[in-house]
Amino acid sequence: MADLFLSYSYLVLLWPFLAFLIIGLWLGRYNRRAAGLLSVLFSGLSMVCGIGITYGYYRRVLARPHLFPDKTLLVNQFDWLNISPDLTVRMGIYLDPISVMMIVVITVIGFLVQIYSLGYMEGDEGFGRFFALLSFFAFSMLGLVVATNIFQMYVFWELVGVSSYVLISFWYHKPAAVTAGKKAFIITRFADAFFLLGIIMVGYFIGNFDFQDLNAPETAAILNKMFMVKGIGVNLLALSCLLIFAGGWGKSAMFPLHIWLPDAMEGPTPVSAIIHSATMVVAGVFLTARMFPLFAASALTLTIVQLVGAFTTLFAAVIALTQHDIKRILAYSTLSQLGYMMFSLGASQVVDNPTTAGINPLGYSASMFHIFTHAFYKCLLFLGAGAIIHTIHTNDIGRMGGLRKAMPKTYWSMLAACLAISGIFPFAGFWSKDEILLGAWQSGHYLTFGVGLLSSGITALYMFRLFFMVFHGQTTFGRQLKTEDPLMSFSIVILAIPTVVAGYFSKEIFSAYFSSPMVWAADKQLLPGHPLWLPVCANLLAVTGIIIAWYLYGRGDLSHVRLLTRRRGIGYQLVVNKLYIDELYLFVTHKIIFSYIAAPIKWFDRHIVDGAVNMVGRFLHICGTGIRLAQNGQLTVYLGATAIGIILLYVLGRLPI
Amino acid sequence: MTLQNCLILTLFLFAIGVYGVLTRRHLIGILLSIEIILNAANINFIAFARFTTADPTAGAIFPVFVMAVSACEMAVALAIIISMYRHRKNLDVRELEALHG
Repeated sequence: MADLFLSYSYLVLLWPFLAFLIIGLWLGRYNRRAAGLLSVLFSGLSMVCGIGITYGYYRRVLARPHLFPDKTLLVNQFDWLNISPDLTVRMGIYLDPISVMMIVVITVIGFLVQIYSLGYMEGDEGFGRFFALLSFFAFSMLGLVVATNIFQMYVFWELVGVSSYVLISFWYHKPAAVTAGKKAFIITRFADAFFLLGIIMVGYFIGNFDFQDLNAPETAAILNKMFMVKGIGVNLLALSCLLIFAGGWGKSAMFPLHIWLPDAMEGPTPVSAIIHSATMVVAGVFLTARMFPLFAASALTLTIVQLVGAFTTLFAAVIALTQHDIKRILAYSTLSQLGYMMFSLGASQVVDNPTTAGINPLGYSASMFHIFTHAFYKCLLFLGAGAIIHTIHTNDIGRMGGLRKAMPKTYWSMLAACLAISGIFPFAGFWSKDEILLGAWQSGHYLTFGVGLLSSGITALYMFRLFFMVFHGQTTFGRQLKTEDPLMSFSIVILAIPTVVAGYFSKEIFSAYFSSPMVWAADKQLLPGHPLWLPVCANLLAVTGIIIAWYLYGRGDLSHVRLLTRRRGIGYQLVVNKLYIDELYLFVTHKIIFSYIAAPIKWFDRHIVDGAVNMVGRFLHICGTGIRLAQNGQLTVYLGATAIGIILLYVLGRLPI
Repeated sequence: MTLQNCLILTLFLFAIGVYGVLTRRHLIGILLSIEIILNAANINFIAFARFTTADPTAGAIFPVFVMAVSACEMAVALAIIISMYRHRKNLDVRELEALHG
């Protein structure tokens, strides 16, 4: 039974793809209800396959550690592109702890989001299209996580990009949605160009795309050399790692490529939920984790991963404090949490200390653990926000309030999710965040550790600001609110279960199985142990944040807030306008790139390149017009010309030249 | 009477014919000019046959052929010209310029 699931493991991808084909090509136009149900059914089947694969993988691999020392299993592999006899690109299913974990997360969340969408998208014009695209999104992301080589991953990586683009601009009659979709696509494509460059570079030097070979220590040894570019020494290993990481940088929306993520909120809320929890944004973290053994060989790469992650964590948390759109707050909180995952990977490099040099496996497993727990509570938060928006038709938390009585199921589930994201004991977020902070502290990155700790306090503050403004305070809606949609609350309540317990029950699994790809693992005995003050301190900070939020926003009296923001100092203005980064981008693209680079190039293209081509055409045209004049249809002219020609030939032939 | 005299005569006839072909506006006039050109050629044949070869038979027979063929050609050309006249009520070659570019 277990082996059966493994030998047919490609079914987990095939179900959503079939749903996409059937609904997209045929069923979506004829019967919307049937299309939705079929999509839910197929994603349910995909989830069954995913859980079956997990079971099979456990029985075959994890239960027999002596046979599989690196815990990796390749199934259903076939040759895809035979580029040359030495270079073959394969496709297949790569099973190791992180990909199996991602399969579970994607299929479970995909299934719940699809059920939720049955309620949320009820009556929408593009009901069938929505489900087709949602299935395609799940398919692309599943293909990405099970990729056996970086080339296959890149193919699915771009599929994820394109399906996120069509889903973000799903309501294509809204200009804002179209702009947001384009923004997401262009920025991620920009980053992906570097990713492709990295792939080509690694493929050139290694001659192979398989992750197992790329992550082997020999690869790092081959790449680890300097070469000179115009007198500047460049380390090949660091360069290729950074190029590959650039793909994840854009996809996971790390600063300063984060600007597409808040705008992506223009899409339907179920799309935001799935983008932020299971697909798309975690792809960048996943890529970094997948290539981690190679990255770990380059200290520079890990330092950059860590700094970018830590900065994004704090930066996004601060911005989230001031936003008013419920989905934007959640988007910034996602950015912040993604920052945690990234810096945890980067901070697993133990700071210079001769006795404990190497990689701290805790950073890696904690990051994966955080992907896992974050997926559930972030999905729940978005689905809850969607339910609220669906009920009262506004995104502005300033206009919400007192929804506690009207939406009890959403209220309690959201409370659990807010506690989880704030890292309150014993909710899911506590365990993973605790491990991330512990990992950074153990490895000696005290600055990053401090940023993480501070951000967890800010996280609690902005999450409960949202929570209190939405659910507490004066109600402004009276009794005309409709009751909670049963399909939507079903998904929300189901997700509340892993939000509460996922951390506690899976903690052991993650620390036991998710440390395998460490090549230069530091000795665990030499690292500092787990101090009790760390979780206590983090929790105290979070509770402080909640109390401040309650004091400012919880009592239905916003006079203190007004007092705080009345003066609107420069700092507040900066934060509320997201540090003007969007404006900076616009300035750079429009004012500098468009007018000083694109416009001259356009002029050159229009006038020089096109002009040359046009001139050839015009010359021939003039010649043709001239010749046409001779062709006047007058028989006598032709004959005369012939006669004169003959005479000329005769005379010329006789000339004494 | 020498070969040279004959050649000068045919040269004039040929030139008159070419001039007629190039300047006549009427199709019938052009046809007549063509006839003159052909006759100039015929006289050339006979002159060369008479003055330069031992046996003048071949040179004398060839103009007969030419006359027969040109009679047929004239018949066809006249038929075409008549049908053209019925069709267009006009035989001025300057008007016949349907093939201009």
